[in-house]
Amino acid sequence: MKALEGIRVCDFTGQLAGAGATKWLAAFGADVIRIEDPVNQGAWDILRSVPPFVDDRRGPDFGGGFNNHNVEKRAITLNLRTERGKELLAAIVERSDVVTENFAAGVLERWGFGYAALKALRPDIIYVSNCGFGHTGPYADFKTWGPIVQALSGLTFTSGLPDMEPAGWGFSYMDHTGGFYMAMAVLLALIHRQRTGEGQWVDMACCETGLTLNGPAILDYTVNGRPMRRPGQPNGNRSDWPRMAPHGIYRAQGDDEWVAIACRDDRDWRACIAVIGEAWAGETCWATLAGRLAAQDRLDERLNGWCGRRGKFDVQRAFQAAGVPAAAVQKPEERIDHDPATAEFGLWPLVRHTKMGEVRVDGLPVRFAETPWTIQRGGPCVGEHTEEVLVELLGLSAAEVAALREEGVV
Amino acid sequence: MSALAGLRVVELAHERIALAGKLLGDMGADVVVVEPLGGCPTRWHEPFVDDVPDPERSLTWWHYNTSKRSIELDWKRPEGLAALQALLAEADVLLESEDPGVLGAHGLTDGVLTGVLPRLVHVSMTPFGPTGERRDERATDLTLLAGGGPAWNCGYDDHTLPPIRGGGGHGYAIGCHYAVLSVLTAVLHRELGGRGQRVDVSMHAAANVTTEMGSYNWLVAKGTVQRQTGRHAGQTPSMPSQQRCADGRYVNTGVPPRTPGEYAKLLAWLRDLGLEGELPEAVFLEMGAKRDRIDLSKIGVDDEVTAIFAAGREALTFIAGRVGAREFFLGAQRAGIPVGVIYAPEEAYEDEHFVARGFQVEVEQPQLGRTVRYPGAPYAFEKSRWAISRAAPRLGEHTDEILAEVGVDAARLRAAGVVGSGGQSS
Repeated sequence: MKALEGIRVCDFTGQLAGAGATKWLAAFGADVIRIEDPVNQGAWDILRSVPPFVDDRRGPDFGGGFNNHNVEKRAITLNLRTERGKELLAAIVERSDVVTENFAAGVLERWGFGYAALKALRPDIIYVSNCGFGHTGPYADFKTWGPIVQALSGLTFTSGLPDMEPAGWGFSYMDHTGGFYMAMAVLLALIHRQRTGEGQWVDMACCETGLTLNGPAILDYTVNGRPMRRPGQPNGNRSDWPRMAPHGIYRAQGDDEWVAIACRDDRDWRACIAVIGEAWAGETCWATLAGRLAAQDRLDERLNGWCGRRGKFDVQRAFQAAGVPAAAVQKPEERIDHDPATAEFGLWPLVRHTKMGEVRVDGLPVRFAETPWTIQRGGPCVGEHTEEVLVELLGLSAAEVAALREEGVV
Repeated sequence: MSALAGLRVVELAHERIALAGKLLGDMGADVVVVEPLGGCPTRWHEPFVDDVPDPERSLTWWHYNTSKRSIELDWKRPEGLAALQALLAEADVLLESEDPGVLGAHGLTDGVLTGVLPRLVHVSMTPFGPTGERRDERATDLTLLAGGGPAWNCGYDDHTLPPIRGGGGHGYAIGCHYAVLSVLTAVLHRELGGRGQRVDVSMHAAANVTTEMGSYNWLVAKGTVQRQTGRHAGQTPSMPSQQRCADGRYVNTGVPPRTPGEYAKLLAWLRDLGLEGELPEAVFLEMGAKRDRIDLSKIGVDDEVTAIFAAGREALTFIAGRVGAREFFLGAQRAGIPVGVIYAPEEAYEDEHFVARGFQVEVEQPQLGRTVRYPGAPYAFEKSRWAISRAAPRLGEHTDEILAEVGVDAARLRAAGVVGSGGQSS
């Protein structure tokens, strides 16, 4: 049984910030139909044609990231510059529960499919838009992409070593997270509609979404007047809230090998003393949290020395055996191919892509007892389901679809 | 109305799961947070109001527990367990992050949860899931981000410096986002005619699929990304994209201009600033602005295209060195070039755009006898009400009221020592 069977999504999303949202919905059985432009071969979603690739083939059907984010969806092309293309889209909207998009603000409106138009087609339509700054406010016309959202929302700033330039995130964390909240918005609006019969527009401003993730720091500012921009901040891998020490990522034996250790309290520290097994660790100056916090630099130096003579997984095992949180900083190969905890969750399903063949993708980190997710079908090629959707959903004949193709509508 | 009005959620207090309960509560669910006697340890997490350590003054507790009610109940003892079961019998959702085996050891097996409560959605979020050889490993936010992949992507070009995990509890947040998606999906399924169910969320697995190219470059092509200062980890080094501005603050310079229109606007901005004369490369901006198109595939092949592209980047760097970070951000964006100012959280919070959109919300804070400004909604619903319906509860503030709602005698439980006195003393 599928949790979202019977829900149809007319999906204009792309990249990860939008496509990640509808991936969740599709994996639970929603019928997600991507609408793309036949003229530029769906190029608005740049991930269609950028690395990684499985082999030497290139083009809009070979982007590895696109495949990863668009499993279990269907894709059609519609030329919205043509009247016929607009008519067909209108017919799809009439048969959809949800319209999703993450264009810059106003793009869908300019095509004649703003919220008012969507609502005219289907009064209880749910429309969820996700862009950096939202559709209102002084910056509504500004453009963003993942790293810019992270910069604006305080998240880049809070990732880094003290008194150095920010380290930032190293990936589009807010594309992932924007996608999470976008999917939540769709589900919340569906629940709302189920209870009241009414649809609605949800306007997501991804920068605001990111800003909500700084809660305690913002309250420290509004209540205590203490800004995060101050000497000593950000604090690297240390922990101020709650206070812990030692707490860091330490150099282990080997090339660019690291291990994280988090000593939560004095009980943990007593366990650490036994694991470390060297005289310095037993000195009374380290016995209390206050003592360890007071000389964190020296403590970290000691631990860097100790860990540096050991393999990162050996360190992880030794501390874990003593009940102290520790984890090797895993490289992709280690956590994907050799970690029993990701294998246990079936986290890397193999999908069949029409052109790329069999490829592994990110699965979902959840197990539903009654309605498990399914990820088997790869991301759709450009227009792969145009005929199927127009025939099944809109009742066109194959000949009519062929004619539309001739006219450049699909 | 609220999307989740009437949805009854029982949350077993734990630092890992608190955000998930807040997200449901702020959308209108009735979230009851069940705290152990003496309170959830998160109440002792910094920062405190005026730096005075007190379980009613933790700003961490305040933020993550808005729109909830609190019951102080020792459910690990039989009398308390019976009360919890009475709560669960009336609940739609059980949200918890106890370590594997803890619920079962205290009598809360699947059999007595989803087994006999067919409407119940039980979302259990654990560091490594409930089964498998790593299930009992200890984890914190730091170790989850280190072991799960995100930290490998983050840090500096200088690899003698460690990978960095972004501060702010994101290892827990990632898990909570999946927990909320799970609750909503399972609740919707139930509303569409299905039954309740148990859902397990692995926080380690959640981090593993929240690394963008970190994972899929390996899955697709066995590629390993390497961390770089302030930009995407990649398999080959990319150009720096962070720039220090004249006020010492940083900006992300994004993608350099690529179209004639963007070159024209960049040049106009340079002229507005009165800086054109100081940048010899401005001549190439003018050339870029006058071309019909700029074929980026000719970079490194065609001297003129190469010079134009380099001049765009050079101009941005040059301007950044002459103006403050916010001025740079506004000027570039108005020229149509997507760049970002790297704000500290409080700077973002006070920015005019978010203020204009109503992101700052005032919440009545009984402990202080005044309102406090909180972060607002992560999304703007046209009809479903998002609201912080009440400040985070005091310990056991609603113990008696919650027990009365399910017909349990609070006085008897208090005599048995399984509920706290919080509700009475307040």
